[in-house]
Parts: sequence; structure tokens; C-alpha cells
Amino acid sequence: MTSLIDPSDTSTPSRGRTYRDHQRPLWQRVLLSRDVAVWAALVVVYLYASATVPFFDRPITITYLLLDVAPILLIALPMTLVIITGEIDLSVASTVALASVSFGVLYDKGTPVVLAAVAALLVGVVCGAFNGFLVTVVGLPSLAVTIGTLALYRGIAVGLLGTTAVTDFPEAWTDWARGRIGESDIPSIMIVFAVLAVLFIVLLHFTAFGRGIFAIGLNEGAARFSGIRVERTKLVLFMLTGVVSAMAGIYYTLRYGSARGDNANGMELQVIAAVLLGGVSIFGGRGALPGVIAGVLLIGAIGSALRLADQTADVINIVTGLLLVVSVVGSSVLGWIGSRRRRGAPEPNSTTPQADPDGPVSNREREDR
Amino acid sequence: MATAATGTVALALSDVSKRFGQVVALRAGSLTVTTGSIHALVGENGAGKSTMVKIIAGLYRPDSGSYELFGEPVDFRTTADAKDAGIAVIYQEPTLFPDLSVTENIFMGRQPRSRFGSIDRKAMDTEARALFARLGVAIDPERPADGLSIADQQIIEIAKAISLDARVLIMDEPTAALSGIEVDRLMTIARALRDEGRALVFISHRFDEVFSLCDTITVMRDGSYVSTDAVADVTVDDIVRRLVGRDVEDLYPKQDAQIGDVVLEIEGLTRAGVFHDVDLQVRRGEIVGLAGLVGAGRSEIMQAAFGVDPYDSGTVRVAGKAVPAGDPAAAIRLGLALVPEDRRKHGLVLDASIARNITMAIRRRLSRAGILSSGAENATARDWASRLEVKAATLDALAGTLSGGNQQKVVLAKWLSTAPDVLIVDEPTRGIDVGTKAEVHRLLSALAGEGMGIVMISSELPEVLGMADRVVVVHEGRITAELSREQATPEAVMFAATNTEGASA
Repeated sequence: MTSLIDPSDTSTPSRGRTYRDHQRPLWQRVLLSRDVAVWAALVVVYLYASATVPFFDRPITITYLLLDVAPILLIALPMTLVIITGEIDLSVASTVALASVSFGVLYDKGTPVVLAAVAALLVGVVCGAFNGFLVTVVGLPSLAVTIGTLALYRGIAVGLLGTTAVTDFPEAWTDWARGRIGESDIPSIMIVFAVLAVLFIVLLHFTAFGRGIFAIGLNEGAARFSGIRVERTKLVLFMLTGVVSAMAGIYYTLRYGSARGDNANGMELQVIAAVLLGGVSIFGGRGALPGVIAGVLLIGAIGSALRLADQTADVINIVTGLLLVVSVVGSSVLGWIGSRRRRGAPEPNSTTPQADPDGPVSNREREDR
Repeated sequence: MATAATGTVALALSDVSKRFGQVVALRAGSLTVTTGSIHALVGENGAGKSTMVKIIAGLYRPDSGSYELFGEPVDFRTTADAKDAGIAVIYQEPTLFPDLSVTENIFMGRQPRSRFGSIDRKAMDTEARALFARLGVAIDPERPADGLSIADQQIIEIAKAISLDARVLIMDEPTAALSGIEVDRLMTIARALRDEGRALVFISHRFDEVFSLCDTITVMRDGSYVSTDAVADVTVDDIVRRLVGRDVEDLYPKQDAQIGDVVLEIEGLTRAGVFHDVDLQVRRGEIVGLAGLVGAGRSEIMQAAFGVDPYDSGTVRVAGKAVPAGDPAAAIRLGLALVPEDRRKHGLVLDASIARNITMAIRRRLSRAGILSSGAENATARDWASRLEVKAATLDALAGTLSGGNQQKVVLAKWLSTAPDVLIVDEPTRGIDVGTKAEVHRLLSALAGEGMGIVMISSELPEVLGMADRVVVVHEGRITAELSREQATPEAVMFAATNTEGASA
């Protein structure tokens, strides 16, 4: 007899059942994915705006577009992971501000700029850990927790600096934050982003930890029963969100040469909008980072094009808002159609005995009942 | 009060059937209850009692058979129809509105109105007090329902039924969660209601209660009516034999296995209010059946040992190594595996692929230098899917699209891939077709043959008796009997599972 439990015993050809890896061919899986749809939308918007909006096709537009969306790009990476677990972090923009103010105040007090930056990152870690503590240890819903800390962190930030701002940062640092890679049009901050993007893509899509993130978002109970450390995973993700937000805060401070309590006001909504637009389900369990990156760039490109076309910020907000609603409603409708279509197939939750014409189950056994 | 004279037939069901798709929940249920009587309805889990109650209550419509109330044929489409006809069901755990007062709960949906159309709180309060006085219980009608004991919540349901002048009261395992004094109080009330000429149906697994309270007893088995007798004419032994009475040996061929060293050792495991001082040893090659009633604490014990539930004290050892509390990941590493009772909630991620589900518990072992590839996952998943003959065409099919039996195979594949020393299976064949059921039994037997220690929790007595080398019976969170395969007769297990006195510990 072949062993059922010995992993080294692979002598099971007699069982004769074979499985293909995928239901659909590769080109369908790639081309019909949400990620590709968002990238396609980005290309369409870019080409259309280049053709119709004056100055949009200039290299300088790309540079500024990337400089502007860099903080959102950065924060969207860990935010994607948090939302896939079914949680949310609304306090990211306030963490940006608190890190920015901490960085500014420490530097103003004479702390070396490197140490001030490290301290700001630690502030981010603490902000994230506090969110994570309240969500995982105390067991409160992240929506409520981070609405609270959104106000709390922002309040501390404004309280520390009042209406003043710290502005005279070393030029070498501010120049770097505004600078480009060599002779190209790509801002230097994109190096940081590229490194983080690779790390987060690997973490989410190519590690055991990442598999746990998806499992938690789809079925927390089953994840727990499979030995996935649900609380620890969430805590780590909130801390990652905190530290990356702080990184974005330092960048933001240097780029505008100003540490203020009202920095990055409202940015949490832009981040979440971009993540959802990029195909991440607000209910958790679904999404991919390439799509999210395209989502951030898409929102940035639309904003930039509308600004160049002399539209006001209100119009930009209306357009991005509509786009988000359409994309969320759209994917819900698609999901609903998908589930309707699946209902034609054997119902997943039915306890009905399945007639298996190819099965070895004899009718005799069935009649024994 | 418009109740009929004692002794007339209040409720009469005959040859009632109900099927869901291919599954027959009730084959031929019959029940005749007269006024002024307390009628016991007994049967194993799955015998069709609950389906019958739901038909009586108007929740299900029967596919065939007749249903008469006081001689009139009835066809209820909603529970409201049944309520209007004078039927009230008291469930094991009533669902009250916790934030509303006791009075408001009693009169929910039919509050008396004052002259001005507003709710007449005074009238409501007066009537509630009168009801409780009649039942002889002291519950403050003004207190919120939240925080009331289950016993008190049941009393409120009964009060509600009386205020509606229900002529037929069904009590579905009302005593399961009650203490001794609370049971006595409930029995007093039940007798009072009987003496008022109402018809009562009392469903319970506890024979001492059945025999002291009821006058008539109907037994059900496998969705069919078995017998109805006056309680005075039968003994507990008679009833138990009728409850179980079926051929066990043929359905569950069990291979003999070499019994080896102790591989799972649970000592003094206690969680206040749930289970107490549980000692359990499982040897290699042995299948230990954990029998008992639903809610006896069997799942809770094993889930605590595995680490998904907390416990207060005690130790768990696998192959001599201590398993830390509350850490399933460590338990898996040490060689424990648990196939949970609720497949859809705890066993599987229905919206993830077969491959991801099978490899979920060995994600880290499959990683190379921290990187986990779909290739590695698919290779492992393909191997296990074919070993267990999961019926699917592709590995990326969502687990939720499989039939119940194949879903269970995916769960088993997931746990077997961890190469466990001890496999805990909780209701391994619940909700799966007969053919796959037999496959699962063969698999468990084969695994034991290869030296795995297996703990099988099952509420199906034939499954326990047919598969287990040793049967451990749990009653209200305590082990009340440990029976060898030879000692484990249906009667012995049922005795230990229902009343502690009859058990030899």
C-alpha cells in the first residue's frame, strides 16, 4: 500500500487523477486582470491628456507629477496590505504630519538632521504600534481606532508647532528631495519608492507572510485555525504603515522645506482612494500591488492634467471622487455577476450529495443509508 | 381561557416528510399530542426532531403527510400563522432584545395602546406582573433582558406564550443549559401549564427529566417515527435501544492497527465554565472517539489543546513535548492537526484556491530563503489532491465551488500535508455524502494504521462505535466514561452522555 502521510512516498500514479494548474490560459489571466485594466486606463489618460492638454507632454510634467504623488505612492504600499487583511488605517496623513513636525522641531532644537530623521521614523513606528495595539490587543475596530488617532496625531502635531513652521532645512537634503536621478526626469525619491515597492511586492505576493495576509482578509477564522498569527500579522502591518508614513512625512517636509502641523491634510483619503481604485477590495482578501501603483499614478495623472487645463481643485476632487465610486461600484457589480454565474454550477454551500459519474462510489453504498 | 378539555387531540402529525435537495431530513414523522399532557420527543442528533419542530412552528412546510391542529388540517406558511393558531416554541437559547425591558420583550409587536395611540406602559406592566405572579417567578418586569440567565429568558418566552394564550407549547431542549434548581422551576411551570389543559411537547436528551416530567414518550430515529408509549409502560433501557437500534458493524469497517506509544497526553485541562479537569491519552495507531451530546464541550476541549481556544490550567503534550497554550502555529510544528467542525468558517478559505488552501498550514515549510512560489505550492497541492482524490479539474479552482465532501478532502489534505503525529477530526463526516463519508472512514483507518494518533469527535453514535478503538464520553465538560471497543455499546455511551449516575467512570 502507498503511504498516505509519508511526503517522500510519491508512488501514487495508480490514483490517476491529474490537475491542471489553472482554469484559464496565461494570456487571459494576465490581460483580463484588474491590474492590467488600471494600467490600461493610466496609459489612455496619459495619451489623451498629452494630445489635448497643453504642456502635459513636457518631461517636467512627469517630474512634478511624480514628486507630488510620491508620498501617496509610498503610503499606498503598506496601506494595501492593511486593507487586504480587512482593516484600514485612516491615521496615515496625521502620522505624516506628526513625523514632519517631530523632524522639524528636533532639527530646530539642534539635533543632527540624520538623528532627527531617525527619531521621526520612530515616531511613525510608535503611531502604528499604538493603532495596532488598540486593534489587535484591545480588539477595537480599526475604522474607529484610526478615526480617533487621525484626530489625536494631528492634534499633537499642530499642538507642537502651533501655527508656526520650521523651514531652514539643510540644502543638501532639500535639494535631494526635489532633485532627479542624474540627467533623467525621474525624481530621486523614486529610488526609495522602487526599493520599497519591490520589498512590499515580494512580501505580499511571494512569502508565507503574504499568503497569511490574504487568508486573514478572506476568512480570519480559517486563518487562525491554520496557524496564522492573525494579531501579530496585523500589528506588524500597522507598524509598517506607521514607519512608511513617517518616511513620507520626512520627504514631504524636505520637498516643501517646511515642517507644519497641517502638512498632508486629507491625504489619507487620497491614499485609500488610490488603493481601492487599484483593485483592492475594501472588504479584504483581494488586491495586488501593481494595480495599486497604477491606481496612484492614475489619480495623479488625472489631477495633473486637470490642473494644467486650468480646472480648480474642486473639479479635480469631483472627478477623482466619481472615479472611485465608479470603480468600487463596478467591481461590486462584476463580483455579483460572477457569483450569479457560479450559482449555476454545484452550489458551494450545499450539503447535497453530489452525483459523481466518475467517482468510485457505488450506488450500493449510497442506498445503505 | 379557551383551552379544550383534557384528553382531546391537540396536535397530530402523521407521516410528515421534508427533504432538502437530495437530503431527507424527515422521512416519516408522526406525533400525536393531547391536551393536558406533557409529551416527550426523543431521538439522537439528526433523528429529525428539529425538522419536525420547525414544521410545527411554521418555519418549514412539509413535503407530504398531514398536520392537524385540534382536528383541523393546517398549512402554515409563516411562523406568524402558527403563532396565531396557538403554537409557541421555547428554544434552548431564546433570542430576546437585550436592550429592551422584560415587559417590552413580552409584548414586542403587540403593545397595548392607550386612548391616544401611544403605548400603554401601565397596562403592559400590570399584565406582565400578573403573568409572572401566575408562573410563580420573581422577575422584575422593568429590568432589561440583557444579563438575564438563560432560565429566566425561557420563562419570559413562556410568559409571552401564555399572554398569547398558546394552546400548544413546544420546548426544544429547554434544560440543556439549565442548573438543577432552574430545571425544577421549569418543570413546576410545565406541570402547571399541563394542568391548565395545554398540550406540551418536551424535547430532551436527559432521561431522568423525561421520566419524571412526561406522561407520554415518542421515539424518533433516522427521520422516522419509531414508537409512542405511556412513560409508565417503558424503561430507560427500552428507549435507549429504540434510539440507537441499527446495525453498526457493516457501515464502518475498522482495520486493526498496531497500538504504539502515547503520542497525545492531555492532563487536567480546565477552562472555567466550559470543561474541567480533562485527562486524555491517545496512542499511536489508535482512534479515540470523543462522544457526547452537542454542547458537552468536546470541540472546546480539543480546540483548547490545539491552541485556538484559551484554557485556564492543565498541560498538553505531543510525543512528549509540551504544547504552549494559545499558539496553533507551535502546535502544528509539534505535530498536532485539527480538522474543525465548521468547515466553512474555520476549515477552509472558500474564496481561495484549492492549492492555497492545501498549502496554508505549511506555507513556511514550502518557502525557500523566505520566498514562496506558486510552483512549490502547486506541486505540493497536486500531490495531496491526488492522494485524497479531490474531484476537481484545476488547482486554482476556488474551494467554495467544490461539493461538501471534496471540501472536506481539501481540509484533510491541508492537515495531512503537515505530517502530523496526532490528527484531531471534529465531526469529520458532517454534511457530506455517503460515498465520501465511507472514503473518509477508510482514510482515518489507514492513517491510524500508519501510526498516527487520531481523536475523532462525532455526534453520530454509529460512527463513534464503528471507528473508535476506545470511546471517551464527555458530559457537561467532564469525562464521564472511558470505554474500550468491547465495552462501548450504544446503551453505555448514551447513559454516560446523558446522565452521570449510570456511567462507570
